[in-house]
Amino acid sequence: MITKRIIACLDVHDGRVVKGVQFVDLIDAGDPPTQAARHAREGADEIVLLDITATHQGRATLLDTVRRTARELFVPFCVGGGIRTAGDAAQVFEAGADKISVNSAALADPMLIEAIGRSFGAQAVVVAIDARRDPSASDPVRDAQVFVQGGRKPAGRRVVEWAREAEDRGAGEILLTSMDSDGTRAGFDCELTAAVSEAVGIPVIASGGAGAVAHFVDVFGRGKADAALAASIFHFGISSARSLKQDLARAGVSVRLPC
Amino acid sequence: MRVTVIDYKAGNLTSVLKALRHLGADPEVVEIDASRIEAAERIVLPGVGHFAATQRLDATGLTLAIRAAIARGVPFLGICVGMQWLYAGSTEASNQPGLAHFSEACTRFPEGKEKIPHVGWNSLEVPSGSRLLAGVEPGEYVYFTHSYKAPVTADTAAITQYIEPFAAAVERANVMGVQFHPEKSGATGLKILRNFLAWNLKETA
Repeated sequence: MITKRIIACLDVHDGRVVKGVQFVDLIDAGDPPTQAARHAREGADEIVLLDITATHQGRATLLDTVRRTARELFVPFCVGGGIRTAGDAAQVFEAGADKISVNSAALADPMLIEAIGRSFGAQAVVVAIDARRDPSASDPVRDAQVFVQGGRKPAGRRVVEWAREAEDRGAGEILLTSMDSDGTRAGFDCELTAAVSEAVGIPVIASGGAGAVAHFVDVFGRGKADAALAASIFHFGISSARSLKQDLARAGVSVRLPC
Repeated sequence: MRVTVIDYKAGNLTSVLKALRHLGADPEVVEIDASRIEAAERIVLPGVGHFAATQRLDATGLTLAIRAAIARGVPFLGICVGMQWLYAGSTEASNQPGLAHFSEACTRFPEGKEKIPHVGWNSLEVPSGSRLLAGVEPGEYVYFTHSYKAPVTADTAAITQYIEPFAAAVERANVMGVQFHPEKSGATGLKILRNFLAWNLKETA
C-alpha cells in the first residue's frame, strides 16, 4: 500500500540550516549534511533542501552544500532555490539531487518546467507554490494567490490555476506552502491543500504550519495531501520523523514503518 | 567489483553511481561505445523519464551488445525504465521496441482511481526464492516514481499494489529488473543492490 510521505525540509541560508517565522527572523539550526543524514536515519521519507536566500539575492544554489548533503543520502533528495534555467537544474542534478523544485523562475518562464522535464523526466520537477488566501475574495481558498520572492510579492496568479498549468506542462509534483501558516506551528491550511490536490492528478506536498501530530492527520485526511513537509518540528528535537510516523500509524494513516 | 552503467541520456546517473560506490563497487559509465560491453562483468541500466529514450540503445548498437552479454550470462539489472526496456515494449512509446527478453508489454496505470504517477514509498510482496531480493522481508518499503508498469507474470520477483498489482521486480536467471529505485530506497534498496553486486558472471556463464 502506498504510504503518506513525511518530508524533512532544510531551509538553507548561507550554507546553514535556518528556521524563521513566515520567512523572517531566521535562527541557526545546523549543518545541512549532518541534519539531512540525521533526518534520514530518524525515518524521514525524503529530504528537501530549499536555499531560501537564493532567489531574492540572485545567488546560485549552493552546489557544494548539495554535493556534501547528497553524498551519504539514500532517500529521495529534492533541492530548490535559485534554479532559473535548465542549465542551473543540470548542475544541481549533477551535484546529487534527485528532484529540483522551481518556484518564481517557473512563473516567469513556465517553459522551464518542460525544459527540465525533457532532460531529467517529469518525476524530477517539483513546482513549488507559495500561497496566501485572498481575504478580500468571495472564496478566499479558491482565489488564493501565488506569491514570489520568499512570500514578499504577489505574482498575479491564482494558486489552483497555476497548479493545473504546472501539471499540464509536465510537473511531477506540487509543493504547496501556505504563507499564512508557515512557521506558526498552528496547523496546515487543509482547505487550500485539498483545493489544489483535487484540482491536479499529480502528488501534492503540503507545507507550512506543522506543529503537532494532529496537524499531519488532518492534512492527510481532510487536506488530501500525498506528502507533508516539516521543518521546525524536527530541528530542535521536539520529535523525529519516526515517532511522528508511529503516532500517525496509530491514528490510522498509512506510513513507512519500520523505517 | 566492476559494474558497467549504461548512460542513454534518460535522467540523472549520479544517485545510482553514488549508491554503487557506497557499496564498494567501481562503476564505469558507457554512453555509446558498445565494444566496452564485451568486457562487462555486470551491467546496470538505470533510467528515469520516457521509454522513447531507449531508442538511443538501438542507435548506438548497445542493444545488440547487451543482448550478447546477457546470453553470455552477465548479470544485468534494469532500474525503472531500464526494467521496462526488458519487456517487448511500452504503450508510452509504441513504435519503440524493448529488448523483449520478457515477452509482455508495459502499460500505463488505468486512469481515475488514484493519482498518476505513482510516487512514494510502497511495500513489496516477495512471493518466493528471488535471489535479487534475498533478505527482503514481505512488507518492506521501496521508493517508486513511474506512470507505466509491467504485468505480473511467472517471472515476477516482487509484486506491489497501486491501483492494481504490478511487477515491482522481475528476475529470470541473470536478468533482473526493479521498477522502484533501489538507490533511493534506504537500507532495503542498498540490500538489493548488494545482492546484485554479489552475483558473479562465473556462476551463470
